[in-house]
Amino acid sequence: MGRMVAELGHFALIVAALIAVVQAVVPMIGAHKRWYGWMELAVPAASAQFFLTLISFGALTWAFVTSDFSVQLVVTNSHSAKPMLYKITGVWGNHEGSMLLWVLILALFGAMAAWFGGNLPPQLKARALSVQALIAVAFFAFIIFTSNPFLRTAMPPMDGQDLNPLLQDPGLAFHPPFLYLGYVGLSMSFSFAVAALIEGRVDAAWARWVRPWTLAAWVFLTIGIALGSWWAYYELGWGGFWFWDPVENASFMPWLIAAALLHSAIVVEKRESLKSWTILLAILAFGFSLIGAFIVRSGIITSVHAFANDPTRGVYLLGITAFFMGGALTLFAARAGAMEAKGVFSTVSRESALVLNNILLSVSALVVFFGTIWPLVAEMAFDRKLSVGAPFFNMAFTPFMVALAMVLPIGAMMPWKRGRFDRVMRPLWGVMALSVALGALVWTLQTGKSALAPVGVALAAWLVLGAGADLWQRARAGHVPARESLRRLVRLPRADWGKSIAHAGLGITMFGVATLMAWEVEDIRVAREGDTFEVGNYAITFDRVEEVQGPNYLSTMGFFTARRDGEAVATLTPEKRIYPVAGMPTTEAAIHQSLARDLYVVIGDPQDGGGYAVRTYIKPFANWIWLGSIIMAIGGFFSLSDRRYRVAAGARKATSANGAVPAE
Amino acid sequence: MKRLVLILMLLASPVLAVQPDEVLDDPALEERARDISAELRCLVCRNESIDESNAELARDLRLLVRERLVAGDSNAEVIDYVVDRYGEYVLLNPRATGANILLYAAGPAMLLVALGIGGVYLRRRRQATESPAEALSEDERTRLEEIMKS
Repeated sequence: MGRMVAELGHFALIVAALIAVVQAVVPMIGAHKRWYGWMELAVPAASAQFFLTLISFGALTWAFVTSDFSVQLVVTNSHSAKPMLYKITGVWGNHEGSMLLWVLILALFGAMAAWFGGNLPPQLKARALSVQALIAVAFFAFIIFTSNPFLRTAMPPMDGQDLNPLLQDPGLAFHPPFLYLGYVGLSMSFSFAVAALIEGRVDAAWARWVRPWTLAAWVFLTIGIALGSWWAYYELGWGGFWFWDPVENASFMPWLIAAALLHSAIVVEKRESLKSWTILLAILAFGFSLIGAFIVRSGIITSVHAFANDPTRGVYLLGITAFFMGGALTLFAARAGAMEAKGVFSTVSRESALVLNNILLSVSALVVFFGTIWPLVAEMAFDRKLSVGAPFFNMAFTPFMVALAMVLPIGAMMPWKRGRFDRVMRPLWGVMALSVALGALVWTLQTGKSALAPVGVALAAWLVLGAGADLWQRARAGHVPARESLRRLVRLPRADWGKSIAHAGLGITMFGVATLMAWEVEDIRVAREGDTFEVGNYAITFDRVEEVQGPNYLSTMGFFTARRDGEAVATLTPEKRIYPVAGMPTTEAAIHQSLARDLYVVIGDPQDGGGYAVRTYIKPFANWIWLGSIIMAIGGFFSLSDRRYRVAAGARKATSANGAVPAE
Repeated sequence: MKRLVLILMLLASPVLAVQPDEVLDDPALEERARDISAELRCLVCRNESIDESNAELARDLRLLVRERLVAGDSNAEVIDYVVDRYGEYVLLNPRATGANILLYAAGPAMLLVALGIGGVYLRRRRQATESPAEALSEDERTRLEEIMKS
């Protein structure tokens, strides 16, 4: 009985694909011919497509949870003894299952646009949903023809081969869903952009519609990337948090472009300028998501955490990318000229500042792109086999972020249309002086003479205090009584709060990155049980080693006590685990976290002469990296909850505009 | 079961990046070794430097780097030595020679082009009208406030 569930899932997937075909064709024709019935079909189709994909995904989850080893995917990625959490997350811990999650989210975004898009012009809505369905058709076909998760085995084995132990971890378990919400969320901005190109019209209302989708996608990408980086930090065993790996770059490029798109959409919304540029960014943002999927799944650029690779899948994904990018860019070339800009502004203005923001963000994304594909280009075009790694990216990318941080607080306070530099700088001189002073202080206090920490601290202070100064000025603090300032702050639009919070979050992340890279202390040694050794200000005692049996692994666990000034601060238990089924060992670092520093201990192999290899790190301000990312995401949520974007508010306006009451 | 685990541990035992027995006694020399290691790729790994890698080959390279440093080579000489043997694939920061100049020039060049386009756009926007109205002056703002209050 329960064995039929996989067939049900398979069937639901095929029906969903067929519905997507209908949704891609019928509303598009309807919008062209102005047949409202045909346009209206997009809404029930989007719902049906979503619910059927949900059933399909549920069926695959069922197969994993019940350990149905007649399904090939469950055999290769699960095991009956695995904890329930990882049985569930194992659904997307592999290529086929993760693609199913991808289309589920794609269908979810389409359905959300259908359900909450009541205030959209009917033609724009029909076209956007039709484009969204066309993307879904491509991915449904990809799954069904090259990556079917429901394939059965002729001879079901007694038990499975287990999930890669590195993936059996809460951080990584929830990293892909957030990342996909981000990647796929950008498909909605893409669909709106293509629909607007077909219509030949972009206005403030369009921007108001696109911005929340982009914002949501960007927030999810931020969380997804932060989770992945946090996972690498504690799981890979040496506390690196970013490796400039092609797969990481694949998620970072859409993030950068989405950040640029968020900002340029504001200009379209408020000033009706930068229209064609914003459309181009919306196309490119999703384009980089597709390129990312291609990089991760084709194996053309080797990387640490790519999925099992298959050239046919690579070719198919390249085809999808080429079709959607080629199509959209051709349309763009034909239609972009029709987008007439209205707003007029001077060189010193918020508009100009946002143009600069866009230049820095998109060029930095292109630099990452160039570095990521260069090994491929060099090999094919110049017959040179070479590598481009972290040292190159650190050198080529960092200047863009430094420049961005330098101009950000000024641009954020610049008025629209026309500003005066001296007036904008008036509240910022103090902030700037304080930031430079903090940087100078760090420079004199630190022992090594690296510029990294002083510059990082000064920029971080500039960003955080600059965001504060913006709020301070918005509250007219100092000009009006404190009560009045407070009232103004409370009544400030959520989008303004979001802006200041997100900008401060960027500063905090920069602070964490700069100080961690500059001031990390590392100690590598052979230690025996009972040894005590000094690392930085801490005395670390290696108490003992125990063998521990986990649910599906065996562990060699070391017990360490960290003392500072004779007082015990933490007990650390780093592990070396072995997962017998997967035949793979992992290291579990022990980390004692605090805001000021992380104590990070890793236990290695037993040594020939007795004792164990032990690595100890003191990582200053490491948590600020992720704290800053979370603050950025919170800023995004604040902005997302702004009244202007709230669906109901827009809907009311639409009804009054469409109703009998003539508009103003 | 126990024996199976033992065999597996022997087979796939991870060697954790830099091992205690590799570390040089001279801290200055060791620091140079670490700096060089971060620039060199572990050839059998995917995008890891030999400093981070657990692979046996990375260990060999780390030992080689230290050997050359102890023999008195400069950092550049050590890197040349390794590149001579393993090819430029081993460099994580590729040399700015030949076609690679494109890679190095790409960032600054794209920035200049973008700034140029941006500048032309801004100029056109500004010329689109004779003089855009300035945002409210300080006086106007206070006046507006009074009006709003009353």
